[in-house]
Amino acid sequence: MNLLGTWIAAGLTIAILSFLYRDNPFYKFAEHLFVGVSAGYWVIYIWAFDVQPMLVDEFLRQVGIEKWLLVIPAVFGLMMMARWFPAAAWVSRWPISFTVGIAAGLALTAQVQGYIIPQIQATLLPVVSIGATTAETVGQSINNIVILVGVICALLYFYFSREHKGALKVGSKIGIVFLMIGFGASFGYTVMARISLLIGRLTFLLQVFGLR
Amino acid sequence: MGIFDRLANLDRRLIFLVIGLAVAVPIILKIKMPIRISSEVRSAYETIENLPEGSVVLASMDYDATSAPELTPMFRSFLRQCFRNKLKVVYTGHLAIGMPLAQFDLDAVTEECGAVYGVDYINLGYRPGFTAVMIGIGREIRDFFAVDYKGVPVDSFPMMKDIHNYSDIALIVDFAHGQTAEYWIQYVVSRFGVKMFACVTGVMAPTLYTYLQSGQITGIIGGLQGAAEYEVLVGQPESAAFGMPAQSIAHLFILAFIVFGNIGFFITRRKK
Repeated sequence: MNLLGTWIAAGLTIAILSFLYRDNPFYKFAEHLFVGVSAGYWVIYIWAFDVQPMLVDEFLRQVGIEKWLLVIPAVFGLMMMARWFPAAAWVSRWPISFTVGIAAGLALTAQVQGYIIPQIQATLLPVVSIGATTAETVGQSINNIVILVGVICALLYFYFSREHKGALKVGSKIGIVFLMIGFGASFGYTVMARISLLIGRLTFLLQVFGLR
Repeated sequence: MGIFDRLANLDRRLIFLVIGLAVAVPIILKIKMPIRISSEVRSAYETIENLPEGSVVLASMDYDATSAPELTPMFRSFLRQCFRNKLKVVYTGHLAIGMPLAQFDLDAVTEECGAVYGVDYINLGYRPGFTAVMIGIGREIRDFFAVDYKGVPVDSFPMMKDIHNYSDIALIVDFAHGQTAEYWIQYVVSRFGVKMFACVTGVMAPTLYTYLQSGQITGIIGGLQGAAEYEVLVGQPESAAFGMPAQSIAHLFILAFIVFGNIGFFITRRKK
């Protein structure tokens, strides 16, 4: 059974990779199979890990008010399905509003507490940082200056309340350089990630065909 | 037609073929290259090394098959390091489709290390609504995970007896191919003060360096390179370390394509 599964996986990998040559029926078959299997898998998983244990089983297990409180999420869940019926689609706005409200409330504190304040704190750096050795002092000080200049200039680039002329223009141009370096680093990492996926698949195929 | 005009009109399938060969040949020939350990990976490794025996580590599996070649080696090395240091691993996840995938590696490494289910590690399974789950564990883990992934009550397992919330968890490690690592930092690390490091794909790694610089996380293991470094540190090089020569050679070819492509572009533009 394992052998059969391995050969199916190898065949489907080759079918997907065949798209690099040109679109073809093998690719289409593998693509549709993936979409179908994923959708089926999600349905089973959501029932088995969400609806059944957290709603159905809980409803049967709980007593008193705790039991009947579960009716609220159940009704909200059913209201979401109103989107399938154009005449009643507006009903789904209520549970969506509830979800958006919760997410916004949670995100607000998390963004301030976990992102904005710690990142501002991490940017308030001394221009001269005294290290154990001269080399460490110089290196750390240069790092701090680069961070300070980068943050200030990148912020200047996104300051649109005044025309970018004079010192503001110089600052925003330096800001663009920092942004481009950031985008370049991200792109480089993305290339590495994509090649890693290819390595993973080719290693698998070469193992199947006994070449590794 | 000059050479640069030909380069500018190169059939892209030829580029795919060259990159495919650049990856396949080093794998077939089993080429080896030295792996230099970066400070962010060493720092992540040392975070686990410095934990006292018996500490609880929460591992969050937030990836699926699309990023398995990068994250699976990290997960396997992480489990080996934890079990070698006699740490307890609580395993959960916020991506339903990825949980069974990681289960293969969990089963393989726990068998290899002789780890016992319910004593050395536990699989709590998946729960929806990740931000609510992350924050809710801060109050009581049983509010969301009263049972493990097979429906067995968590109180029946010895290792769960003293685990209730983040004050009982020494470290969080997120294996992520999306933004969940940032959510863990923003929703949990900042609020509950738990230590954390992130094992992420190459795509996600750059966004996390700001959190490393601010001291919110103790390390980053990013992409196949990070995975290879971590494998070397743990002392059991596997797929990531063996894949890095192919990665390096493919990068050289991509660099060559970029350089020649740009030279060709400028020369043909000047002619026009």
